[in-house]
Amino acid sequence: MLPELGHFALILALLLAGLQAFFGIVGPAVGRDRWTAAATSAVAGQFVMIATAVGILVYAFVTYDFSVLYVAENSNSALPLMYRIAALWGAHEGSLLLWIFLLAVWTLAVAIASRNLPERFAARVLGVLGVLSFGFILFTLATSDPFRRLIPAAADGHDLNPLLQDPGLAIHPPVLYTGYVGLAVAFSFACAAMLEGRMDPDWARWTRPWTTAAWAFLTCGITLGSWWSYYTLGWGGYWAWDPVENASFMPWLVATALIHSLAVTEKRGLFKSWTLLLAIVAFSLSLMGTFLVRSGVLVSVHSFAADPSRGRFILVFLGLVIGGALTLYAWRAPLLKSNAGFDLLSRESFLLFNNILLVIAAATVLGGTLAPLIADTFGQPTLSVGPPYFRPTFLLAVIPLLLLLSIGIHASWKRGRLEAAARPLLVTLGIAVALGAATVFGFYGGRHALAIVGIGIGSWIILSSLLDPVDRLRRHLSLSRAVLGMTLAHIGMGVAVIALTGVESYTSERDIALSAGASAEVGGYDFKLLGTQPVEGPNYSAIRATVVVSRDGRPITTLFPESRTFWVQQQTRKVAGIYNRHGTDLFVALGDDLGAGSWSLRAQIRPMITLLWLGPLFMALGGALALSDRRYRLARAEARAGVKTPLGAAH
Amino acid sequence: MKPMLVLIAILAAGAPLCAAWALDPARLTDPALQARYEVLIHELRCVQCENSTLADSDAWIANDVRRQIREMLTAGKSDQEIKTYLVSRYSEFILFRPTYSWRNAWLWLLPVVLLLLGVSVAVRIIKQRTRLVDNDDADVLPS
Amino acid sequence: MSPRFLIPLGVFAALVVVLAVGINHSPEVGVLQSPLVGHQIPDWELPILTDPTKTLGSRQLKGQWYVLNYWGTWCIACREEHAALLAAQRDARVQIIGVDWKTDNPTEDSDALEWLAKLGNPYSQVVSDHDGRTAINLGIAAAPESFLVNPEGVIVFKQPMGITPEVWKREFLSRLPPHSTVPPATPGAS
Repeated sequence: MLPELGHFALILALLLAGLQAFFGIVGPAVGRDRWTAAATSAVAGQFVMIATAVGILVYAFVTYDFSVLYVAENSNSALPLMYRIAALWGAHEGSLLLWIFLLAVWTLAVAIASRNLPERFAARVLGVLGVLSFGFILFTLATSDPFRRLIPAAADGHDLNPLLQDPGLAIHPPVLYTGYVGLAVAFSFACAAMLEGRMDPDWARWTRPWTTAAWAFLTCGITLGSWWSYYTLGWGGYWAWDPVENASFMPWLVATALIHSLAVTEKRGLFKSWTLLLAIVAFSLSLMGTFLVRSGVLVSVHSFAADPSRGRFILVFLGLVIGGALTLYAWRAPLLKSNAGFDLLSRESFLLFNNILLVIAAATVLGGTLAPLIADTFGQPTLSVGPPYFRPTFLLAVIPLLLLLSIGIHASWKRGRLEAAARPLLVTLGIAVALGAATVFGFYGGRHALAIVGIGIGSWIILSSLLDPVDRLRRHLSLSRAVLGMTLAHIGMGVAVIALTGVESYTSERDIALSAGASAEVGGYDFKLLGTQPVEGPNYSAIRATVVVSRDGRPITTLFPESRTFWVQQQTRKVAGIYNRHGTDLFVALGDDLGAGSWSLRAQIRPMITLLWLGPLFMALGGALALSDRRYRLARAEARAGVKTPLGAAH
Repeated sequence: MKPMLVLIAILAAGAPLCAAWALDPARLTDPALQARYEVLIHELRCVQCENSTLADSDAWIANDVRRQIREMLTAGKSDQEIKTYLVSRYSEFILFRPTYSWRNAWLWLLPVVLLLLGVSVAVRIIKQRTRLVDNDDADVLPS
Repeated sequence: MSPRFLIPLGVFAALVVVLAVGINHSPEVGVLQSPLVGHQIPDWELPILTDPTKTLGSRQLKGQWYVLNYWGTWCIACREEHAALLAAQRDARVQIIGVDWKTDNPTEDSDALEWLAKLGNPYSQVVSDHDGRTAINLGIAAAPESFLVNPEGVIVFKQPMGITPEVWKREFLSRLPPHSTVPPATPGAS
């Protein structure tokens, strides 16, 4: 009974989304104010319906309702509660429902905040969001209904994929999807401006916080996925340039360009049509990521079960939505001109370089990811593209970007005046290089001398970012949240660069075969296998090894790597034993039983790995801080007081 | 419908193998050969788990291919001979790094071309805007 | 409309074309296309499942059309394919030689005999690949995979996944001579 209600709720949501789209777009176009106002009501109704559907599906999972096909495929009577809930997004149908739900949440948030926006503009934004909602719900109902019944009901479920039975994986999709879907808001703001035929002078200021929020969620989502694969998949790898990973990275790169481009548009009314284009592209890449993962077009360890018919539907949807937006762009963007100017060494210039390099990086990743497809289209044998391609080509664009970052944050708007910053910059550069040299030659005995470059660049970014804030604090001047946020985010970037350099250069890794009592040396540490024992979990049987890690004869920690075999799906998942010592991970994973009490193990020493998680965390926190700046709240206060924002030409 | 089921079945069959990871303590006694072996297994793709290297894959076929490489190394074959043999059986796809050939040229040239394009765009925009800088009295919004 | 602003739309259209082609070709995209097609099948010789003292190989099969089908009892997709192979056997247009690929299943031999007894045997002959060397030599990446080999020993087609009735008709039957039949079983060599 309930699942049918859930299905019905989705149908109602579809209708409401359609109404939201219609009233939101047509209302302002024909000047009917009552229609325009109706868009907001549709939002609330749609949210209620979708929340109901999600609630019903969660209930079905929690109560072991195996008469629902999706629950039967992804759950089991022995599955712990946390994973029964997380199973909601464990496979295609449910993850789509999650997408739809998050879209409804963002739309609701925009609807609430839109009291401070001009009514017609807000209605258009909600209208475009309604179009997106409509398409996704239609897709779900037509091809991927999570409420389909299994008749007769299964006696027990097929269990959630063992890989997903992990706290990190439980949280990664919701956070990541929040980011993906959040880019729809920037997209809608851009479409609304294009539908209106003008860009309100405050448009950039309205759009920025939404975009930064989505970007921060994407940052966290990608990092969570990376962290999870590091400790779960067993080989300690955190990034494989897998097509699905790239599908999340490309929107992130473009979204980063977008938040910087928005800064220029807000400050100087420049790059207006470029910003619109970036907003469209960022969300398009989000949508395309959705397509790639579900259509069977690219083979990946991450893909959901492939289905070409679903792929066709999404492709048509993609074509209509993005094609429509880009047509709007071709029609309206030429109207947006600006006569503002800037110097060669101005902040606008550096942000221009930032945007160009980020877009090049994203395009390169896109080319590499689609290369097998492109080769196939032209009848060529499949191309092989992996890390050996992505690493050098990505660095080609990113290293100049990182170097320019340290310089660019000191450039002033419009008039480039870097003379004042020249000396501090050179001094910090010197310190950074010294730090790099000290690390490479002092700590690591001169191995991988090129690491000086990475550590130097990262350190320079951190030091350079601190120059201005420290100076202002010394002079007892205030620091706005926007500046603090920006500083923190850039420092996070520097930290991440240092971490990546360190982890890539100085990881020690070895596969060792040990019998009980034997030990082996890896990266300066001794790993001794004490023994193994069988262990039972709630829905798995495992072998747990006891490994003592010592250095210079003194024991540091005991690790318990496991190999878990899940009863229902008969699949094995490894759980590594990890201990963090001063930012370095001591990592051991259990391999195969070699017989006669001997086991294979993979031991790794991963220096600076903690920084790898800390860097992106700082970036996301910086973003959160920046978007809470008072100038966005000022707009709300003004609007409430009835102060009208000035119309007219750009600055 | 059927082909789709087959594919889903294949992916389902392959998935657990690919989700695991490799642990192959088998080593060659000659350290020079062992060094070449380690480089090779990182440069070749696991043919079943297509986004893992031979070094990182637990699939049985990867085990067999690694053993094949060890045997060929011990038999005195060169790295190129080993790669050529595997490519002749599995196509260039088994090479993790795409080869440099006319067919792949576009892939390797892409970043370079984009960079040149980017530079020319930057030059054009900066030229245009620096010319406008003195004419425009527009205020910069206070930060 | 300034032409410059149409570029994004143009790039996107090209992208859609590539993706659409990709869907139509999928699931073959990303699946390895064998470079051996059109060439001589590498020599192979494997013990017969029911009588390991005898072997069967490419040399003995010269002069005949045959389909070489790699499978295993551990392989779910092979289970899916089985019905199609039985139907192909009823067509009786070409002999199907099964290669039971052991991989890491210690009881694969007995499991295979049981499988064939329970589900039916579509093969004219079944051989075993115990150590997997032949699989690599033939460029097998996963199971099931099948070759269609002509009397000169040339691989005229490789199916890198399971055979379905449509694929059988479209790719295998279409390549056989119009009146081909299954020859009497080739005796194994001792």
